[in-house]
Amino acid sequence: MGLFIAKRLLRLVATVFAVTLLTFLMTSLLPGDPAVAVLGAEGVQNEELLLQVREDLGLDEPLPVRYVSWLGDALTGDLGESYINSGQSVSDTIGDRFPVTAQLAIMAILIAIVLALPLGVLGAYHQSKWPDTASSAVVQVALSVPNFITGIFLIWLFAVQLEWLPASNWNRMSNGLGANLKTAILPATALATTQMAIFSRLVRSDMIATLQENFILAAKAKGLSNKFVLLRHALRPSSLSLMTIVGINFGALLGGTVVIETLFAIPGLGFRLINAISQRDIMVIQGITVFVAVVYVLINTLVDLFYVAIDPRIRRS
Amino acid sequence: MTDLPSDLGSGLAVSVAGEPAPAGPTRSSVGAVFGDMPILVKISAIWLVLVVVGAIYAKVDQDLLGGALPLQDPDFQTNNFDASTGDFGTGEPLLGPSFDHFLGTDAIARDTFARIVHGAWVSLIVSGVSAVFGIVVGGFLGSLVGFVRGRTETLVMAAIDVILAFPALILLLALVSVFEVRSLTLISLVIGVLSIPAYTRVARANSLAVSNREFVMAAQAIGTRRRDILFREIIPNVLPTLLAYAMVAAAFVVVVEGSLSFLGLSVQLPQSTWGNMINQARRDIKTNVAQVLWPSLALTMTVLALNQVGDYFQRRSSVRQSAL
Repeated sequence: MGLFIAKRLLRLVATVFAVTLLTFLMTSLLPGDPAVAVLGAEGVQNEELLLQVREDLGLDEPLPVRYVSWLGDALTGDLGESYINSGQSVSDTIGDRFPVTAQLAIMAILIAIVLALPLGVLGAYHQSKWPDTASSAVVQVALSVPNFITGIFLIWLFAVQLEWLPASNWNRMSNGLGANLKTAILPATALATTQMAIFSRLVRSDMIATLQENFILAAKAKGLSNKFVLLRHALRPSSLSLMTIVGINFGALLGGTVVIETLFAIPGLGFRLINAISQRDIMVIQGITVFVAVVYVLINTLVDLFYVAIDPRIRRS
Repeated sequence: MTDLPSDLGSGLAVSVAGEPAPAGPTRSSVGAVFGDMPILVKISAIWLVLVVVGAIYAKVDQDLLGGALPLQDPDFQTNNFDASTGDFGTGEPLLGPSFDHFLGTDAIARDTFARIVHGAWVSLIVSGVSAVFGIVVGGFLGSLVGFVRGRTETLVMAAIDVILAFPALILLLALVSVFEVRSLTLISLVIGVLSIPAYTRVARANSLAVSNREFVMAAQAIGTRRRDILFREIIPNVLPTLLAYAMVAAAFVVVVEGSLSFLGLSVQLPQSTWGNMINQARRDIKTNVAQVLWPSLALTMTVLALNQVGDYFQRRSSVRQSAL
């Protein structure tokens, strides 16, 4: 167990290192000069000014030197400063905006699980009968509608037609939980639909497999009610694989938050990233990309470790 | 991305005496494959053919024939001032469906139907280029490392794992953001390169399984050169699964390009894409939801159809496997 954890942590360190290197290379090597972005079209005419800005930004140093100094700063929590909004610390921006994105992602996962369980259980219990067909039709469609389309039609229905919920004007938690949830429920639901489809497919196939096990037969033979068997004995083994798939899909979810935050004008990491991209603010793009990738890697490592802690079979294989 | 056929056996579409030819559209007649399909898969396949034909028709009309074929100009604003007649056009923005404009007009009075058909070209090219990159580069790399194993495999797979450690859309955004001019070529190339890792994983998993089969061992035993084994035994057996995977991967790519377009970071205007049409139309959603609906339907139906057909071919190759 100890050895497994040590190995897994070593791999984590290696992956995180590789992720920082790749992000840095990507944003540094590709065409486009940050100094030009800082100065704008007019400033570029002035050769001296251009050189000066390059020196200020450290762009005249060789690439490996720049990487090491950027990485060193990043390890102490300093991801540099925005080129465009001069002096704004990238780490502060992330600290300010990550809670919003995290809230959306967590709400989306919860909504997805709550919707997926009944759909999956229904499909498994009535396998190949009409409730199964209906639930799998819902799943197929939910799997194929991109989340920004779901989002737009949720806005159309609940904000434009029914006027129950707002389409934008995000409320922070500090404005009260009720006000916050009112602005969070639509974007979180839009994010949740694809995840719901994936989860419920998993729950269905897992449960079909579990329902054929001997202990289910034994439970039924004891005279336990169908509902009890289903919820108590059959659903439980599915929760492990459900957790794994939540981890794997977290990346897609984080990508989805970028689109959904833009659609609902939510001041999270994704909206800031799109902003930075339109301003070609490379330090912010770099910082947010690295941060999100590291969060994704961390979550998957945690899921792996947790899984091993629960299920001893994996350690041996 | 979410639905890799990671079960090792699914690539073994090996033909056995008396059995029909291996799965995949390449070796059996198109008609026979189509005839076998369940009705929903059939409808999906027909829709996909329509999209492809429409996209090519629109492109040929615009670039080769200068708009001579019966399809309206997707960029023409029908209410525009016309200098030669001195009058404004008779068109209006945000019209409903009519015989002149099957799906009405958008916010600046352009024909929505024409814009959707032209938008299909972008989706077609992006998903096509991604499939070619994935199958040729990813398929080759995966087949290779699954067969030769050793240090090459460790190195290649480590690189693949790092790329897959990024959330796909975030990596794409970071890459795309660096370029000032975003042409269709650029977008397809970037998405194409980013598609390689997922295909490599699928190809490797199948190549690992194929490499252990008796015909590969037999080839090794009679001293066949390793390169010949790779090209004659491994790759032909990995390919069918990879082609089925390409359909499902294309569904993902269409959504990713749609998201990018929706964010205004894909191919630049005035080129219409389904994503940028949705983004433009959503500003008028209070008065006219239909203009959001049409491109959304086109996008969703295409993704749904790709998933249906892709799932069907994936099932086919794994059923054949279990029959062995």
